[in-house]
Amino acid sequence: MNILHAKSVLLGVLGLSLLATLLSPHFSSYPLFVAYNIGISIIMAASLNLINGYTGQFSLGHAGFMAVGAYLSAVITNHFGDLNVWAANGVFTLALLAGGLAAALAGLLVGIPTLRLRGDYLAIVTLGFGEIIRVILQNMEAVGGARGLSVNHGWTNLFWTFGLAAVTVYVVAALVNSTYGRGFIAVRDDEVAAEAMGINSTKYKVTAFVAGAFFAGLAGGLYAHSTQFLTPNGFGFMQSITYVVMVILGGMGNTPGVVLAAILLTLLPEGLRMVADIQHLPGLAAERPLSWVENTRMMFYSLLLIVLMLTRPQGLFAFRRRSN
Amino acid sequence: MTEFLQQLINGLALGSILALIALGYTMVYGILRFINFAHGDVFMLGAFAGLYLAPAIGRVWPLPSVFGGLALLVSAMAICAAFGVFIERFAYRPLRRQPKLTMLITAIGVSLFLENGGQFIFGAAPQRFPEILPTLPLAKLGGLSFNSNQIVVIVVTALLLVVLRFIVLKTRMGRAMRAVAFNPEAAALMGVNTNVVVSFTFALGSALAAAAGILFAINYPSIDPLMGIMPGLKAFVAAVLGGIGNLPGAALGGMIIGVTETLVSGYISSTYRDAIAFAVLILILLFKPSGLLGKKEVDKV
Repeated sequence: MNILHAKSVLLGVLGLSLLATLLSPHFSSYPLFVAYNIGISIIMAASLNLINGYTGQFSLGHAGFMAVGAYLSAVITNHFGDLNVWAANGVFTLALLAGGLAAALAGLLVGIPTLRLRGDYLAIVTLGFGEIIRVILQNMEAVGGARGLSVNHGWTNLFWTFGLAAVTVYVVAALVNSTYGRGFIAVRDDEVAAEAMGINSTKYKVTAFVAGAFFAGLAGGLYAHSTQFLTPNGFGFMQSITYVVMVILGGMGNTPGVVLAAILLTLLPEGLRMVADIQHLPGLAAERPLSWVENTRMMFYSLLLIVLMLTRPQGLFAFRRRSN
Repeated sequence: MTEFLQQLINGLALGSILALIALGYTMVYGILRFINFAHGDVFMLGAFAGLYLAPAIGRVWPLPSVFGGLALLVSAMAICAAFGVFIERFAYRPLRRQPKLTMLITAIGVSLFLENGGQFIFGAAPQRFPEILPTLPLAKLGGLSFNSNQIVVIVVTALLLVVLRFIVLKTRMGRAMRAVAFNPEAAALMGVNTNVVVSFTFALGSALAAAAGILFAINYPSIDPLMGIMPGLKAFVAAVLGGIGNLPGAALGGMIIGVTETLVSGYISSTYRDAIAFAVLILILLFKPSGLLGKKEVDKV
């Protein structure tokens, strides 16, 4: 992507999402909530794509970093009462940043010792760290433990979600397309050769991890102030897998594809829920004749993953095939 | 002291189950250099196979009885062995020439499919596993209380380990397995049918996982479709702890994780029990990535 072009797209999205936010009191809350989830998924998938797709480090603990950002930002904003728009957004900015930085710090703590490991070991260790974060949160009475934490303010809006999604996509694209960023791809393609060319592969991996975790922390903050209720189990292994599926479906290292996959996979469960909620079908006597659709959603999800790997391992939306 | 012995017996029973699962991970890793993520769910399938077979077997040998329990164990092992071969044939074999990550992702897909398919077919609510063995309240030795089931778990595991050791070291197929693990290309050139060996390995590993599932269900008689996730992950950690690819290592690792977890949840805090295995994993990978009994491998260019 041309970088000037990318900058104007970024500004365009920021402007549009600001406009949409001003209009959002006219929308009903359910479509807004889905829209927030789309923005959050884009941030999560695009940042995970930096780690999994561009740098080739398979991380299965992205939801853990999201949890760090969500809980910290929620604890911070819960200290404040009702504020006017300016103060609220000021506090929210600081809380999001704090959440992002804390997640980045967690990423650094995880990254430095573990990124010396090879692919599948790394996957399990990141999974383990995600689980450890979950267990720690479950045992922290200060944030409600297993009962969960209510978040007082619903400050997430379209400007924040889509603005930050655009920023994430922009930063990932700019980082990977820079001279420095070529190193990420070099580390993915052949670590030994990259090392021989003088690239410090550990440093690149840690950088990708910390940057990815930072954005996951931001997404966590947005999620906290959109659902307004957090439980440790909401950030488990399954949640991490959902983001991994987005990256794989979109094609690892293919940002437009990953963004598209994030949008589709966030809409898919909502669509299936609507199908399942259909009360009557002509010719069928039963009430809610399609309710089984909702129960089989995860089954189809996993089947999709298997079939995709067997038939199109490069991702559904990756049209240019990289020649090895 | 009695309290400690009590915890030790509980830990050994849990460790035996983890060891049986870990053996499957480590055998598959030794041969394909691949983490079969769905292995923990084969353990779950083993328990459910037992649950659904129990009424049929109960008609021949009324349960609980020793013969009935044994028949149940063996038939669940056979079913899961077939299932393991099936999974390998259709999900993993087509990808053998692809990058490792592709196979790992497929394995995650298979794992999720079994979990969600299980919830759809068996129902998500926990079910009660029937009593298949006569339970003797073995002892109240000076405050020590354990029953025959815990001893059964340990003894059956020990027997299975002996059988496995015999298969791997003394039979033709075992020799072929070791040859493929050592160097697949050279083994193929020497006339070893690699596909058969891989299928056999999956059958063996899945049968052990099914045995673990039944033994688990005897001791903790409430089973659900997600029961395989945590034991599966812990068994993987056990395999890494012992040195992945190394059979005695997997058994040792399983015992260590089982005992450590039981002791920590008994003496320190039970709420942290699920985090212990992962903490152990991170520590090993930091200080001895090749595991306790594993050989150090160097990446060659």
